[in-house]
Amino acid sequence: MNSELMKERAKRNWYKFSRNPLSIVGLIVVLSVILIAIFADYVAPYPEHAFVFVDFKNAKSPPTLKNLCGTDLAGRDILSRIFFGFRYSLLMAISVLSVATPPGVLLGLIAGYMRDTWVDTVIMRVADVFLSVPSMVLALAVCSMLEPTLYNAMLAVTVMWWPWYTRLVYGLASSIKNEYFIQAAEVTGASTISILFGEILPNCLSPIFTKMTLDVGWVILIGSTLSFVGLGAQPPTPDLGTMVSDGSKYIPSQWWISLFPALFIVLIILGFNLLGDGVRDMLAGD
Amino acid sequence: MNIKKYVAYRLLSSLFVLFGLSLLIFTLSRLVPGDPARLALGPMAPQWAVDRLREQLHLNEPIYMQYFYWVSNVLKGDLGQSLVTRRGVFSDILEFFPATFELVMFSVIISSSLAIILGVTAGKYANSWWDNIVRVTSYVGIAIPSFVWAILSVFIFGYLLRWFPTLGRLSAGVATPPKVTGLLMLDCLLAGRLDVFIDGFYHMILPGSSLVLGRLSQEARITRASVVENLNKDYIMAARSFGIPERTITLKNLLKPSLIPTVAVMGMDIAGSMGGSFIIETIFNWPGIGRYGISAMLSNDINAIVGVVMLTGVFFAFMNIIVDLITAYLDPRIMMKMKSG
Amino acid sequence: MSEELVDIRNLRVYFSIYEGLTKVLNGVNFRVARGEKVGLIGEAGCGKTTTVKSIMKILPTPPAIIEGGEIFLEGKDVLKMSQQELQTMRRKTVSMIFQDPTAALNPVFKVGDQIGDIIKFSQLALKEKVTKEEIKERTVKVLKEVQMPDPERIMNSYPIQLSGGMRQRICIAMALVSASNLLIADEPGTNLDVTIQDQVLRLLGDLVKERGTSIILISHALGAVKGLVDRVYVMYAGSMVEAATTADLFFDPLHPYTKALFNAVPKLTGGGIPEGILGRIPNYLNPPPGCRFNPRCPHSMPQCLEGAPPFFDVGESHEVACYLYGGN
Repeated sequence: MNSELMKERAKRNWYKFSRNPLSIVGLIVVLSVILIAIFADYVAPYPEHAFVFVDFKNAKSPPTLKNLCGTDLAGRDILSRIFFGFRYSLLMAISVLSVATPPGVLLGLIAGYMRDTWVDTVIMRVADVFLSVPSMVLALAVCSMLEPTLYNAMLAVTVMWWPWYTRLVYGLASSIKNEYFIQAAEVTGASTISILFGEILPNCLSPIFTKMTLDVGWVILIGSTLSFVGLGAQPPTPDLGTMVSDGSKYIPSQWWISLFPALFIVLIILGFNLLGDGVRDMLAGD
Repeated sequence: MNIKKYVAYRLLSSLFVLFGLSLLIFTLSRLVPGDPARLALGPMAPQWAVDRLREQLHLNEPIYMQYFYWVSNVLKGDLGQSLVTRRGVFSDILEFFPATFELVMFSVIISSSLAIILGVTAGKYANSWWDNIVRVTSYVGIAIPSFVWAILSVFIFGYLLRWFPTLGRLSAGVATPPKVTGLLMLDCLLAGRLDVFIDGFYHMILPGSSLVLGRLSQEARITRASVVENLNKDYIMAARSFGIPERTITLKNLLKPSLIPTVAVMGMDIAGSMGGSFIIETIFNWPGIGRYGISAMLSNDINAIVGVVMLTGVFFAFMNIIVDLITAYLDPRIMMKMKSG
Repeated sequence: MSEELVDIRNLRVYFSIYEGLTKVLNGVNFRVARGEKVGLIGEAGCGKTTTVKSIMKILPTPPAIIEGGEIFLEGKDVLKMSQQELQTMRRKTVSMIFQDPTAALNPVFKVGDQIGDIIKFSQLALKEKVTKEEIKERTVKVLKEVQMPDPERIMNSYPIQLSGGMRQRICIAMALVSASNLLIADEPGTNLDVTIQDQVLRLLGDLVKERGTSIILISHALGAVKGLVDRVYVMYAGSMVEAATTADLFFDPLHPYTKALFNAVPKLTGGGIPEGILGRIPNYLNPPPGCRFNPRCPHSMPQCLEGAPPFFDVGESHEVACYLYGGN
């Protein structure tokens, strides 16, 4: 029974995943972040503070029971803004990974399958060019040449993210290409497309998926750094990096304005890293 | 395949890559809206001056000609003029690069040594209390963006504890030694000014640690994993069976193969730290190429941006070659594979 | 105490793995006299390597647990030795030729370097100071002994540059150089071509004869053992089931397992396809009570369930661990 098999598979995967309790912690953190981001309007104590709101009487007040993380320069509740900020962090991760991965994987498949031809050389050299400068520098440069908005920041990160997948899949595809079942498919006249997507790609899915989960943390890290510098989301958008940057001028007296967003950035990244490790444990050895 | 051939091969492929990079960055820079000549002269300048500058800068010619002029200029050492400093980008880079180089080298050397020590000890005594501490702290360290740690460390060590200074390269009013190499620390030692040396050293601690924290954690993890994997290898058991003392086994038989993945990452980290320096230097007001680059990026100073990116690319390529050489020395199998492949 | 070189008594070694405790060695009794050449045969997984690694005490003791028993080496119990004594033992008395020569050689160091290190530290044990030239001389000498062509070139090579047969010889050289009274050869040449394996075994035989060292030769190939050793132990599922001189064992096997083992070897001279042995080797997590061969034994008796049978003497140097030959 096919569904029986799938249930067994799911149980085994869960077992492998949950062997390390930290992976469960990561899963809980990530799920919470996602839920809070989606339902921010209902979960945040002061949802109206998220974007444009002023209440100078209450501005720059330290954490109290009323405002658990204090208020910022305009009197907005920081905790609520943080909750809305989750949306932008997640948005960055989702859009970068969903846009960068398909072309990266596709190019890697083609280059790996056509190993040692001009196609391979061209594709991999182009990937090398994008990888020839530290990621941060390229993202900053691209960002700075465009208008500073959240979308351009996502674009910049996407532009320098795809080559990693190309390299990953290139390595996988070139070794799989030499396996017998590929040669069998070629001999029986299967088209290149069906070999690439039907035979090679399925064998690459585990490492690709593992890398994607591990990458989420990195994308959020780079994204928040870009907005910290001022090249990402602009005020009044409640982006976590922007919030840290805004508050940095007021350290140490109004430390909470920067500290809480910063702590939550670390929490999100940590959660995704733990989850990613768990996914890697789950998919390893398959 | 011997060393000379290998280096030549790598230099050649790096040149290709840099060529591609220059194409990429040049194209990007020309896509920016706005007239470079107008930006250079300012909104008040008369149109004829702008037109003349456009002629001089070859801005009316097709883009591949512009690229050609640009490359020939670069080879002459002319990277154009910076809109912000009003000087040649090349001389700007010469002025600011040593500070970054010093910061990066200082931080990376200390952090890599620390990472190796932590990784080896954690791996050798796997699952002990020490290993657990190392693993947890390195795990958290990876998740902390450099700017977050920068702000945290400024807050804790700069203000609360007042242990370290938070801005600049030297305290105000401290005389700099005569400029011999441009590297402050080295110049201090050469001139025998230990007091300035110590002041400069203190100033490097906070920015340096922010720069490398994430990388230190990652390197420690990789080293630890590598050590744990190699500890169970037969050749370690064999060495033990021949009576080779534990200390030699750890420092020789285990260390060399375990460092291979670490060194590979380290090279990327040195270059990556140059990227991180953009943020860190801005926060700590460190007079280096990173701060220069960020201010260029925030004010759309195209020539400076292009110059800085190319510099980073060159440095990165250079570091990669060195790392590859070190890895080839550590793992002779690489050279053998090159022979056949 | 005994005058034997090696005297293992009732050794029990367990391994702690995720699923539980695997009781691999179930009371091993094993003796090697000075200058004696002993073979140890048995199926893959029966505990041969674990036994010999215990003699040298190189089993990694997080997963491995030495549950009980004694291993007397030249009269002293290895299991009670201090770190210092263990090191001296490894440098002076015993050395081992590992099963997989490729894995036993450190891939990032030159071969000459690795041999040189052993010489350096074995000489320390003999309290002499050696110069670099002397180390080099001895390295060349031992490489010639194991019939390596062009020792100078080999010394400067990395393991990856050598063939499988060469690597095996290097491992033998390394064991020889670690001046010893006892050589343990764990399935030498198994991973190699049969002709190369033959060469390796011949080489071992010659060396052992010249030097008069004792040797424990492990193999799961019966024929390999025949020409080389004086006495043979047969091992099954964690304990020794039979021990006899080579001639006696092959001429007159007594234990049901040994008999079945010999019957399972295909003969060139007709006889058709031999029978295998019914059943499978036991699960070490939950081994059968009493004699571990019992579930597969055609002569099973009620007392076989009660306790593992000890060795019973059945003649000149011939012992069998089976209730058919002793007990009540």
